[in-house]
Amino acid sequence: MTLKELAGLLTLNVIQPQGNFDVVVTGGYTSDLLSDVMGNAKERNVWITCQTHENIAAVAKLKNLAAIILVNGRKPDEAALKKAREEKVVILGTPESEFAISGVLYNHFKK
Amino acid sequence: MKTFRADLHVHTCLSPCADILMSPRRIADAAKSLSLDLLGVCDHNAADNAGAVAEAAARFGIRALPGMEVTSREEVHVLALFDEIESALRLQELVQPVLAGENQPEIFGLQVVADAEDEVLGFCPKLLAGAASLSLAEVVEAIHDLGGLAVAAHADREGFGLLGHLGFIPEDLPLDALEISPRLSRAEGRRLFGPKRPLVASSDAHFLGDIGRSSTTFWLEAGTAAEIGLAFRGFGERRILE
Repeated sequence: MTLKELAGLLTLNVIQPQGNFDVVVTGGYTSDLLSDVMGNAKERNVWITCQTHENIAAVAKLKNLAAIILVNGRKPDEAALKKAREEKVVILGTPESEFAISGVLYNHFKK
Repeated sequence: MKTFRADLHVHTCLSPCADILMSPRRIADAAKSLSLDLLGVCDHNAADNAGAVAEAAARFGIRALPGMEVTSREEVHVLALFDEIESALRLQELVQPVLAGENQPEIFGLQVVADAEDEVLGFCPKLLAGAASLSLAEVVEAIHDLGGLAVAAHADREGFGLLGHLGFIPEDLPLDALEISPRLSRAEGRRLFGPKRPLVASSDAHFLGDIGRSSTTFWLEAGTAAEIGLAFRGFGERRILE
């Protein structure tokens, strides 16, 4: 599934569109501890989080993640948005919770 | 110039997670028996007991700097250290209105406001265990605007630490120093954080027996937050000895 298809599946809002929507997503990782994401997220995962600090863009770039999905209607800090734009890290948003988004994705990738 | 042994991160009974015995007089007594020269009084998102500890400690010639351990929106803990109680109380006025919720003592613990004689003055109703809706950068800026020092609390720790929550230290965040928790030696802290930022070690004491279990020795003109700030920048002969 490409990031574009995934965004459609979960009806996500596009918060920061600069980046690659054709990337093939390998799965998801859900965590709000950036050190944990750095240790455990896999390449081209989507990252589901409520953390909005600018370091999210750097971590996503470092781990070559497909996109960041911010839950609960959260908006990235201004510095995070700027950094994500520069680094071409796509940020998507949803009013749903981490649990709900992770559940849908889990079911999809489990097949 | 002389040496000052400092434990810059001590909680009082105002912090819901701290022992009820962490009262101003008992803290001062403990500091005296440990021959500490300087304390930092850093309760979670509150400074109501800082003045009382300062008063109790002053009887032994020990200075207790008024401070706070602020929880940012990212749930990172930042220590604020001041020379004036008014500055700490002003920070409290900025933080507490953007701190959501009311404390439930049976769940989180009592938040006791006490005087220098350990008399109970009341209970803080705010949910001090919560996070303020200020970003880390905003917290550091607020502390600096009030003339204080901003130190990343237990920066090596996963829970509420800068490294655990944010993965790495933001380059442009103007922190005055990083605090390492008692589980790390100074050398280990240096290896983890590199040479760039000053390191302090403190106890993060929640119980009387924890006070001074980790400390920082400074070479200063006087035991003040301003002097510690100068030591961080290596001004004159001021420095961190160990």
